[in-house]
Amino acid sequence: MRDFVIPTDDRDMGTPAKVGAPVTLSIDGIEVTVPEGTSVMRAAAEAGIQVPKLCATDSVEAFGSCRLCVVEIEGRRGTPASCTTPVAEGMVVHTQAEKVKKVRKGVMELYISDHPLDCLTCAANGDCELQDMAGVVGLRDVRYEAPPEAPLANHFAARDTSGEANPEWLPKDTSNPYFTYDPSKCIVCSRCVRACEEVQGTFALTIEGRGFDSRVSAGGPGDDFLSSDCVSCGACVQACPTATLQEKSVIELGTPTRSVVTTCAYCGVGCSFKAELNGDELVRMVPYKHGKANRGHSCVKGRFAWGYANHAERILNPMIRETIDEPWREVSWEEALSFAAGRLKRIQERHGRKSVGVITSSRCTNEETYLVQKLTRAVFGNNNTDTCARVCHSPTGYGLGQTFGTSAGTQDFDSVMAADVVVVIGANPTDGHPVFASRLKKRLREGAKLIVIDPRRIDLVKSAHVEAAHHLPLRPGTNVAVVTALAHVIVTEKLYDEAFIRDRCDWDEFEEYAEFVSDLRHSPEMTEMQTGVPAEELRAAARLYATGGNGAIYYGLGVTEHSQGSTTVMGIANLAMLTGNIGRDGVGVNPLRGQNNVQGSCDMGSFPHELPGYRHVKNADVRAIFENAWGVEIDPEPGLRIPNMLDAAVAGQFKGLYCQGEDILQSDPDTKHVAAGLAAMECVIVHDLFLNETANYAHVFLPGSTFLEKDGTFTNAERRINRVRKVMAPRNGYADWEITQMLARAMGADWHYTHPAQIMEEIAATTPSFAGVTYDLLEDVGSVQWPCNEATPEGSPIMHVDGFVRGKGRLMITEYVATDERTGPRFPLLLTTGRILSQYNVGAQTRRTANTVWHQEDVLEVHPHDAELRGIKEGDWVRLASRSGETALRATLTDRVSPGVVYTTFHHPGTQANVITTDYSDWATNCPEYKVTAVQVSLSNGPTDWQKDYAAQAERARRVLPAAE
Amino acid sequence: MSPEKLVRMANQIATFFASQPGTDQAERVAAHLKDFWGPEMRSELKSYVAAGHGGDVDELVVRALPLI
Ligand code: SF4
Ligand code: SF4
Ligand code: SF4
Ligand code: FES
Repeated sequence: MRDFVIPTDDRDMGTPAKVGAPVTLSIDGIEVTVPEGTSVMRAAAEAGIQVPKLCATDSVEAFGSCRLCVVEIEGRRGTPASCTTPVAEGMVVHTQAEKVKKVRKGVMELYISDHPLDCLTCAANGDCELQDMAGVVGLRDVRYEAPPEAPLANHFAARDTSGEANPEWLPKDTSNPYFTYDPSKCIVCSRCVRACEEVQGTFALTIEGRGFDSRVSAGGPGDDFLSSDCVSCGACVQACPTATLQEKSVIELGTPTRSVVTTCAYCGVGCSFKAELNGDELVRMVPYKHGKANRGHSCVKGRFAWGYANHAERILNPMIRETIDEPWREVSWEEALSFAAGRLKRIQERHGRKSVGVITSSRCTNEETYLVQKLTRAVFGNNNTDTCARVCHSPTGYGLGQTFGTSAGTQDFDSVMAADVVVVIGANPTDGHPVFASRLKKRLREGAKLIVIDPRRIDLVKSAHVEAAHHLPLRPGTNVAVVTALAHVIVTEKLYDEAFIRDRCDWDEFEEYAEFVSDLRHSPEMTEMQTGVPAEELRAAARLYATGGNGAIYYGLGVTEHSQGSTTVMGIANLAMLTGNIGRDGVGVNPLRGQNNVQGSCDMGSFPHELPGYRHVKNADVRAIFENAWGVEIDPEPGLRIPNMLDAAVAGQFKGLYCQGEDILQSDPDTKHVAAGLAAMECVIVHDLFLNETANYAHVFLPGSTFLEKDGTFTNAERRINRVRKVMAPRNGYADWEITQMLARAMGADWHYTHPAQIMEEIAATTPSFAGVTYDLLEDVGSVQWPCNEATPEGSPIMHVDGFVRGKGRLMITEYVATDERTGPRFPLLLTTGRILSQYNVGAQTRRTANTVWHQEDVLEVHPHDAELRGIKEGDWVRLASRSGETALRATLTDRVSPGVVYTTFHHPGTQANVITTDYSDWATNCPEYKVTAVQVSLSNGPTDWQKDYAAQAERARRVLPAAE
Repeated sequence: MSPEKLVRMANQIATFFASQPGTDQAERVAAHLKDFWGPEMRSELKSYVAAGHGGDVDELVVRALPLI
């Protein structure tokens, strides 16, 4: 097996690919056929001819400013720029005619005359297109000389020889933690400006001034990169042909010499990256052009925030302790594993088979997750397995399973480029799923319409060149009422797609459903009081979605993390079925998954009631497949879910937990209850990179490996199975799948996998939707979207094309039930939670990178009106209290939230936002109701006693004894 | 596990199925409990109701319990 993949065709084709009718032309005597609209430059590249260029690159539309790419075209006058000239049938092009060679030399000479020629010590040495082009055009001398009266007519010398300052020279901008901007090297090609606009969609950069005075500038006057709107996605750095925009890591470590293609381990977009290294030292991560999820783009997390892998706080040796008030003791792997196995066995002897369980990680690979659930089902002998998807997208599993027949998004990310109306519900893609958001914004700039349903005015509602047609700012907790009201409008105004419903759904069920939603109590006018959404606005949004062409729905945790999360998911599926927006490009229902492998961890049987591939444990035929493969008997009864494990622990029935790559103490609701559950256990094994919050209650700590240190696969939000490739040896000694295997063996299991490819073979052999997946296939085609089997050997970009997985689509009745969590005199405000771009989930990784410059602490967003009532000013410490507990944090005043609603993130353990959240949960799946908590906010002097006690306890629990000599 | 919590969860499930059409709501509540609750949780709820604490339990749950 090839472990390292050097991309075969990674060339810059000069201008973006086009689609169109074939056009044939001749370039330097080579005949080439390309789609209509292609540039001559790209056509030449297709024919294997690289026309010299500076201002063109294939991630952005051509601009035609440098004139280096000129060519001769028979029958046309002059020397047209090949990047801006489209091909025509029968065109005859010469790229090396004498006159164009002369033009190019002249152009190069001008550029070089205003460039500091310090190439040997330049960070881009060897990776600079200006150097390359000077070489290609054969530039041998520069004849320009500065006129004696203006010796400093350049941008690169800080002072002249007499020490006079050069007014044209600007110092380097090093404000961004990850890259620098050195104006002295800029050739003003505007590739960065166009990348920021076209690829990222942030519009942070402009070219200021004209002619000799023109400059790239971030933000307004007085801004630097950090204070501008820049979100540090790196698209401009990627586009820059010189060292002007350069990664600090390359400046420090040198240009990389080898690369490995792998997958980002942060969010559910699952961007492909080239990890570029020297030896085993990682120099930079560059988004991979052929990655089908990201198409060459990235965000600040995947592109730059990988430094946590080498953070000083990373634990590299196993540790154990008798009780959680003792300090940790570093021990050998053997000792740690036999200690853990001994305790688990003793617990099972005393308290029964079902007294222990596992939590799988949505950050680990499919193979690792598969092994962890196998550990509990085959070795512990119960079904007590759960995963963090419990607290995020479990309602998606239930809701889409009931309506469509399977639990997954219906589209690929490319599909958004064919959508006409996009509905974003309870998601904040610019922060949570940034690379998807960039593509969505691109589509919106092309004219697609946007409807946002969210209590907060998220960035998408109004940002540079993007504005939502409708924003429905609903009260937290009223999703079902809003979604049902949308259906009411569609049905009563007869905007539904009758042909689709007759063909693809059950007509009798539709009639029942239509009667239900047509009831006046679901009308926007009647629900306005509860939801706070103006009826006219809601009607207009429903009409737009139903009649505006291809309608696509994207939703996030603002839908699922409610007591009616599953019902809302069904309501969303109803909307898509009613309007026929399912089963083709540009439409669909798309859950935006949070963590990188949350889709995969669900696919791999992490839930206590389901074996891999979403098959219930009650089915004897499914159990038989695994019983044969594993040689054990499988418990036919569902096991415990995370909240049930904790409840059972408090009740003394559940005593041992193996928790891989998951920090339930910080991420799960009602922190005090989680802490009590963990404290009641006799053996908590935490397997992670850092001593996370949960580890404060652990007896065994098994150091984990990062995604750079292992092989495997992640499955992203579009069901895409992407390879994770080992870039360097694990610093902790073992990949995570090896550690789970060692624990299983210490418990007596006979496992002997030697490579994750073998685990994938076992998954493929037991799970129909993965039947065709092999590492060899992934090497060949890059990635596949499940189902991948005999019928769809290269995977399935779009689901439910000819029919629903369950047969007929099922319209479900969605009655709105107000949550028990209500505001009242003591807790008059509603708290809702979310995340921001630079930090990731509980922040264990991102807090250990320079990303903290963007988000040092969690803050509470309060509407100015609510703030004034309480005497709160910008930046004040406030006490945030619910019936579960209280915490303190700083307030910021903003009208992004409506009056009556407050909002915070949960990235920092000091904030303890989950001390506030309650144990209410989704009716079907127990997914916690994070998005609605009744709270009170008042002025305070600083952290609460609980925060101080917690910090002190955490400090104590993290002590490590010095290793014995 | 605390009986109040089990009852609250079971009642939430009953509320959903009560809103569904047809005459098999109790069967569907029973099926949901069987599919998603571990046997210990189910038997705790059963004994709680059997011990006569049925007052706060949704009538649909009471009808579903004998079916599991
Ligand atoms: S890093 Fe991204 S957002 Fe920032 S200026 Fe560059 S392209 Fe724009
Ligand atoms: S910073 Fe780089 S990409 Fe931007 S104009 Fe200057 S040279 Fe071109
Ligand atoms: S965090 Fe998400 S959007 Fe950002 S690079 Fe990683 S996978 Fe892509
Ligand atoms: S590359 Fe065509 S004009 Fe610059």
